Amino acid sequence: MNVTTPNSFRTGPDENGLFGIYGGRFVAETLMPLILQLEQAYKDAKADPSFQAELDSFLEHYVGRPSPLYFAERMTEHLGGAKIYFKRDELNHTGAHKINNVMGQILLARRMGKKRIIAETGAGQHGVATATACARFGLECIVYMGEVDIERQKPNVFRMMLLGAKVVPAKSGSRTLKDALNEALRDWVANVEDTFYCIGTVAGPAPYPEMVRDFQSVIGRETKAQMLKREGRLPDSLIAAIGGGSNAMGLFHPFLDDKDVEIIGVEAAGLGLKNKTKHAASISGGKPGVLHGNRTYLLMDDDGQIIEGHSISAGLDYPGIGPEHAWLHDMGRVQYLSATDKEALEAFQLCCKLEGIIPALEPSHALAQVMKIAPTKPKDHLMVMNMCGRGDKDIFTVADILGVKL
Amino acid sequence: MSTRIDRRFAALKTEGRAALVTFITAGDPDYDTSLKIITGLPKAGADVIEIGMPFTDPMADGPAIQAAGLRALANGQNMKKTLKLVKEFRKSDNETPIVLMGYYNPVYVYGVEKFLKDAKSAGVDGFIIVDLPPEEDVEFCIPALNAGLNFIRLATPTTDDKRAPTVFHNTSGFVYYVSVLGITGTKTPDLKSVKANVNRLRKHTSLPICVGFGVKTAEQARAIAKDADGVVVGSALVSAVEKSLTKAGKPTSKTAKAVHALVSEIAQGVRS
Repeated sequence: MNVTTPNSFRTGPDENGLFGIYGGRFVAETLMPLILQLEQAYKDAKADPSFQAELDSFLEHYVGRPSPLYFAERMTEHLGGAKIYFKRDELNHTGAHKINNVMGQILLARRMGKKRIIAETGAGQHGVATATACARFGLECIVYMGEVDIERQKPNVFRMMLLGAKVVPAKSGSRTLKDALNEALRDWVANVEDTFYCIGTVAGPAPYPEMVRDFQSVIGRETKAQMLKREGRLPDSLIAAIGGGSNAMGLFHPFLDDKDVEIIGVEAAGLGLKNKTKHAASISGGKPGVLHGNRTYLLMDDDGQIIEGHSISAGLDYPGIGPEHAWLHDMGRVQYLSATDKEALEAFQLCCKLEGIIPALEPSHALAQVMKIAPTKPKDHLMVMNMCGRGDKDIFTVADILGVKL
Repeated sequence: MSTRIDRRFAALKTEGRAALVTFITAGDPDYDTSLKIITGLPKAGADVIEIGMPFTDPMADGPAIQAAGLRALANGQNMKKTLKLVKEFRKSDNETPIVLMGYYNPVYVYGVEKFLKDAKSAGVDGFIIVDLPPEEDVEFCIPALNAGLNFIRLATPTTDDKRAPTVFHNTSGFVYYVSVLGITGTKTPDLKSVKANVNRLRKHTSLPICVGFGVKTAEQARAIAKDADGVVVGSALVSAVEKSLTKAGKPTSKTAKAVHALVSEIAQGVRS
C-alpha cells in the first residue's frame, strides 16, 4: 500500500474522531448531543491535574499499580531465543487490565454527575471491573451480557451480582458480546439524562477509542520506565492479544514513535482463518465497515451483515477491532498476526507448567506467537508480552476441552 | 428539483391533512409476501412508504423490528433484493414516495455511489440512515443530495434549539421527529411533549415534520396528526406481520390482509 508515514503515530484522532479513515461518530441522533458532551467533559478532565492525581491514587492503592515487569526465565530458557518479559497486568485487582480503564471512566462519570452506569461485557471481565468500581463509589450498575455468554461464564455473572450489579441478558441476534453492546446502546438512548456508558474496549464512537486508550496507556508507560531501569534500554518487541484491542493499545501507544520497537498484535484465529464463521480475526479475515459507532475492520458477509466471531476465548470473539488498530495496520506500524484455539491452549498449558502462572485464554494467544517468534530472535532481544489477565475464569472452559470433569 | 416526496406533501397540504407514513421491513417474512404487503399499502391509505433494509445489528430498534430484520435475513433478503422490491412496486405505482430506512454498513459495503445509482433507477426517493448524524454528512448525505435524492434526518427530544440548525442543515424531504427517548416501538409518546417539540422545531425548519416511534393506534395517530404533518407507524405493522405467521414463521393468507387492515384503520384516524 502506498501511504505516507506521519511524523508521529501518537497524535490521533483528529477533531472528527478519525484515525485516517477509521473511527468517527456513527451514532443515532439521540446520542449525538451526549457524545459531544462526553467529549468535552473528557477534554476538561484531561487538562485538570487533580483528575489525573485522583486516578493515579486509585490505581496505586485500589488497583495495585504499578504491575510488575517480570522476567520469564524458564519460558526464555525453554524457547531458547529472545529474553521474554511478562507485563503482569493479571495481578491487578479483579484480575485483568480492564480495571485501568474502568477507574478512569467511573471517575469521569462522577465528575459529570452521572449516577447510573451501564456497561457491556463478553467474558465478564469488563462487567466485573465495572461492577467493582460502581460498588466502590456507590453507583447503580447495569451490565448487559449476551444470553449465551451468561451461560458460558457463570462465575463472573455471580461475581457481578455479589458486587451489587444487575446483569441483564441480551436476548437479541446472536446473544453474545456484539448484542450486549447493541442492548447497552439501546439503554443509553432511552436514559440519556442520568446514564454514563462505560465501554470496555478501544472501540465505539469518538471519544471512546481515544479515552480508553489513554486510560490503558498506563501499561505502556510503566513498561517503558521499568525496562529502562532494568535493562537500560527500550524493548525490541512488544506482543499483545487483541479482541477489541484495549490491552494491546495500552501497551503499544507509548512506544508507537520508538521506531526500533517492533510491535505485534495477535488476533484470535479460532478454528482457522479459512472458515469465515469460525474465527474472530477482524484484520486478518475481515474488511472495513461501520458498526457500534465507528468505522473499522469487521467480520461480515458480502451484504454487509455482521458475522459472529468464534474463539476459545470469550474475551476475543468480538467481530470488530478498535479503529486505531485498523489505522496502525494500514500504516504498517503494527503487525497483526493470529493464533488458533489450539495454539492458545498449548501456550496456556506451557505457561502454567513453566512459570507457575495460569494465564487467561486472551494473553495465551499472545503467548502462542511469543512461542513462534522468540526462538528466531537472538538472546539479547528484549521481548515484552502483556499478561493482561489471569486464567481462573477459564479453568472450566479448559477442563471441558481437555475432557476433565470438575 | 421537486421529488415525489415534495410533491406528495404539497398535495396533502392542499388537501389539508397529515400524511400517513408506513414502515415495513423488506423481505419480512419473505420477499414475495413483503412485495404483496408493500404493493397494497397505498390503497390501504399509506401516503409515504418507508422500507426497512434488514441489518443484523439494528441498534436503534426495539424487539419487533429487530425480529423482522432477522426473519428477512434468514429468508435470504439482501440489499439487491430490497432494491428489486422497490423496482417491482414501481410497476404499479409511480407516485407514492419510497424511503429506504436502515443502517450504514450494508450501504457502505454496497458502495455509496453504486448504491445511489441503483436506488435511484429502482425508484427510491429518499433515505433515513439511523447511524449517520450530521457530523458524518460527507459519507452519504451530501452524495445523496447531489444525486437528487432526499436525506431525511431524525430529530429527537435531545435535539435542542442549539443543535437543531446542525440537524436540519442538509435535511430534505421531511423531518422525522422521534417522539420518545428510546428505541422503536417500546414507549408511548406523550402527546403534550410531542406538540411542544413539533412547534419548537418548526422555528428551525420549513420542511414537513412527521412524528413516529411508538405510534400504534388510530387514536394516537389522530391526536398527533393535529400538530404534525405526518404520522409514522412501524413497529405496530411489523408486529401485525409477526402475529399472522405460523409457528414455523411462514406467512399465511392473513399476513398481507392484517397489515392492510391496520393501515386502513390508522389512516381513518389520520384523516379524521
